[in-house]
Formats: sequence, C-alpha cells, structure tokens
Amino acid sequence: MRLTHAFVSLLYRDFTVAFRHRNEILNPLLFFSLVTLLFPLGVGPSPQLLQTIAPGILWVAALLAALLAADNLFRTDYEDGTLEQLVLSPLPLPLLVIAKILAHWLVSAVPLLLLAPLLAVAFGLEALAIGVAELTLLLGTPVLAFVGAIGSALTVSLKRNGMLLALLVLPLYMPVLIFGSNAVDTAAAGLPVSGQLYLLAAMLVLSLTLAPLAIAAALKMSVSQ
Amino acid sequence: MISILTRWFHRLASPVWFYRIAGKLLPWLWALFALLLVTGLYGGLVTAPADYQQGDSFRIIYVHVPAAWLSMFVYMVMAVSGAIALIWRIKLAEMVLVSCAPIGASFTFIALVTGALWGKPMWGAWWVWDARLTSELILLFLYLGVIGLYNAIEDKRMASRAVAILALVGIVNIPIIHYSVEWWNTLHQGATVTKFDKPSIHIDMLIPLLLMAGAFKVFFVISLLLRTRNELLERELPRQWVKQLVEENAND
Repeated sequence: MRLTHAFVSLLYRDFTVAFRHRNEILNPLLFFSLVTLLFPLGVGPSPQLLQTIAPGILWVAALLAALLAADNLFRTDYEDGTLEQLVLSPLPLPLLVIAKILAHWLVSAVPLLLLAPLLAVAFGLEALAIGVAELTLLLGTPVLAFVGAIGSALTVSLKRNGMLLALLVLPLYMPVLIFGSNAVDTAAAGLPVSGQLYLLAAMLVLSLTLAPLAIAAALKMSVSQ
Repeated sequence: MISILTRWFHRLASPVWFYRIAGKLLPWLWALFALLLVTGLYGGLVTAPADYQQGDSFRIIYVHVPAAWLSMFVYMVMAVSGAIALIWRIKLAEMVLVSCAPIGASFTFIALVTGALWGKPMWGAWWVWDARLTSELILLFLYLGVIGLYNAIEDKRMASRAVAILALVGIVNIPIIHYSVEWWNTLHQGATVTKFDKPSIHIDMLIPLLLMAGAFKVFFVISLLLRTRNELLERELPRQWVKQLVEENAND
C-alpha cells in the first residue's frame, strides 16, 4: 500500500515537473525529426534507396533521441537534492527508479512513437511495416530508457558528461537496434517477424528486472560523492 | 577447510601481503613467460609447416588467436573482481578491476589490428562486417567506456565502484550483444566473403598455438600484477608500510 502510494506520487510528481518544462519534452522529438531529415539530404532523394534504409534510419534516430533524453533523466533531481532524498527514503530504491523511468519513458518516448509513423510514411514504408515499426519501438524504447538510465546514474555527478554517456550506453543499445530495425526490414519483405518481437520483449523483461538494481547501486554511488 | 580458505582469502586481500607475494612471484612468472614465448615462437615460425592454402601468412594466428582469447578472458576477470569489490568491499579487488581494463583494451586492439593485417591478403579487405569482428569492436568500446568512466571520476574509490557496476552490466550484456550481432550478420548479408572452411588444425600447428596462448596468459598475469602493485602504492601512499618500503629501497 505504502509502496503503491509512493510509486504513484513519484510518477505524478515527475509528470508535473516535465510538463512545466515543456522544452525538455519537445527537444528529443525535434532531435528525432531532424536526424531523420539529415539522411535523405545525405544519401540522396531516391525513393527506392530511402525505402530500403528507412527502418535503420528510424531506429538510429530513435536511439540517439533516447541517448539525448537519458542525459537529463537524473540531472535536475541530482542538482536540487531530490535524488538524495530518494536514496535516503526507507522505500526500496529500485522500485522508485522504475517509477522515474516510467515517467521518463511516457514523457520522452511516447511522443516519439506518435511521430514515427508520419516519418515512416514520408520514407515510403508500407502500412504493415509501419505497424511493425511501431510495435518494435513500443517494445524497444523502454529498454533504451532503462539502459540509458544506468549510464545516466553512473555519470550524473560528473560535469560535461555527454560524450562519456554515449561511450557507456551506445554499445549496450546495439542489440535493440539490431532486432528493432531487422524486424521492420523483415516485415517490409513480407516475412513473419514474431521471432524478433519475442526477443525484444525478452530484452524488455530482462532490463525491467535487472537494470533497476544496477541503477539503484549507481545512484547510491553517485549521491555519496 | 572453509576457515583456511577464508583466512587465505582475507590475507590475500591485505595490500601489504599481496604486494610482497606479487613481488616474489614476478621473477618466476617472467621466466615462465620467456620459456613459453621462445618455444611457442620457434614452433610457430620455424617448425610448423606452412598452410596449404594460406602459405606463411597463417602464422599471424600465433599472435592473433591468443590476443582474441585474452580479450574476452580479461573482461571476465574484470567482472568477477568487480563483483568481489561490490559484495565484500575488498580494496584489492577494486585495484585488480581497474588494472584489467587497459590490458584488456590492448589485447582487443591487438586482436583487431592483427586480424585486419591478415584479412587484407586473405579476404582482400581490411575489414568485413563479420559477426566476430563486429562484436570484438564493440568489446573494445566496452573497455574504453570502463577506462573513460574511471578517469572521469575524481575520487578513486567511488570511481572503482562505478566501474565495477559498469563491468557487471557489461558482462550480462556481452552474450546478448554477441548473439544479436551474429544473428544480424547471418540475416543481413549472408556470405559476401566466405571464410574458408576451417580444417581441423594440424597438431604441429596446434602445439605452438597453445604455447603462445600460455605465454600470453602469463604475460597478462605479469602486467596485471605490475599494474595492481603500482595502483596499490599510489593509493596507499600515506600509509606506514609504503614509507617503510621506500626507506628499505633507499638503503639498498
């Protein structure tokens, strides 16, 4: 009971904070669309080529947007002392971490999920492939949020940590990228994609269960500095 | 029995004791390393027959394969000492952990470079997006992440704990990364450059390879001990035993 209450109120609090800083919601979204815009300019406007590389572009852009957003995940809470209070509270820190990441995902990734189909249409993907892209993003972005949170928790006490965060987190993002973009590719070729979706779901379960423990340990370390 | 083991464990964890024992072990390890290296190199470069397909260029495996094996083994050592450091808060394990990272990164780098040197004449390309090559490259970035994080945090005890967490996260991820990359490769590009079907290796080629693998492993232990001893001295600088040691050395 106490746990549920704490979970919900932390979620509510993070929402309120996020909606009072609307820029931080918009930034990953703008970043996502800008990165996808760069590719047609870079490789040329040939529809056929763009259609082939569209799944990769969407996923790479989503991954970079997730990385950008992860940088802010614990930053303000660390600076104003909220994080310290969370670490000190008698409630289990991994659970509180899940609440924070859930709020973060709802605020930063869900708008991206809504925008992705529009961009996919612009790249000429078929309806079925777009559906699969949505599904993979739905399963994959929470994994990105959890893994990104590990890196963010490890580096939150450091100044100017953007590059370091990328170095820590991007290698760990690679499996999600592989299965995500591959599922869309396979769907565009008209083949079944249940295998990739199951694997993405497995990664989601794994990150939901294990990552909060690592994040909690990393936060304790960062706060005690 | 258990009590002897735990006592041994705790004594090993004591910095002074470790420093002494490591110092006594080092000359023996150097000797073993030299022996293995000389016999391995002689066997590999002189007595092993040339490959029927690749001629003499196959001989790079005597450097490449041991380095690649170690690149993974060192990460395991690093993660295990990370776990020990986090669970029992043993300072020595922290130092072993941070000493592992640059060594592992170097072996990974050697494996990549020698692989590229061999790939150019054999496959006709310096680099192919083969599953093994790609996961080895990712492994290099994992090592660089560990080194980067350790250097970024001022307080070295905190830094070691952060690195220990990162190493453990990495060890959970390595199999996932490895298999996903393998899968990605087989699905995406099939065989643009087929690796020759590896014939089971001839015994005359195998023995030098095992000797070289042993030499590399001993070299890893040597460099690990040297680095850990340095790290130990640096961190324990204000302590009495370090002062004593310096005075002893000054008197010699």
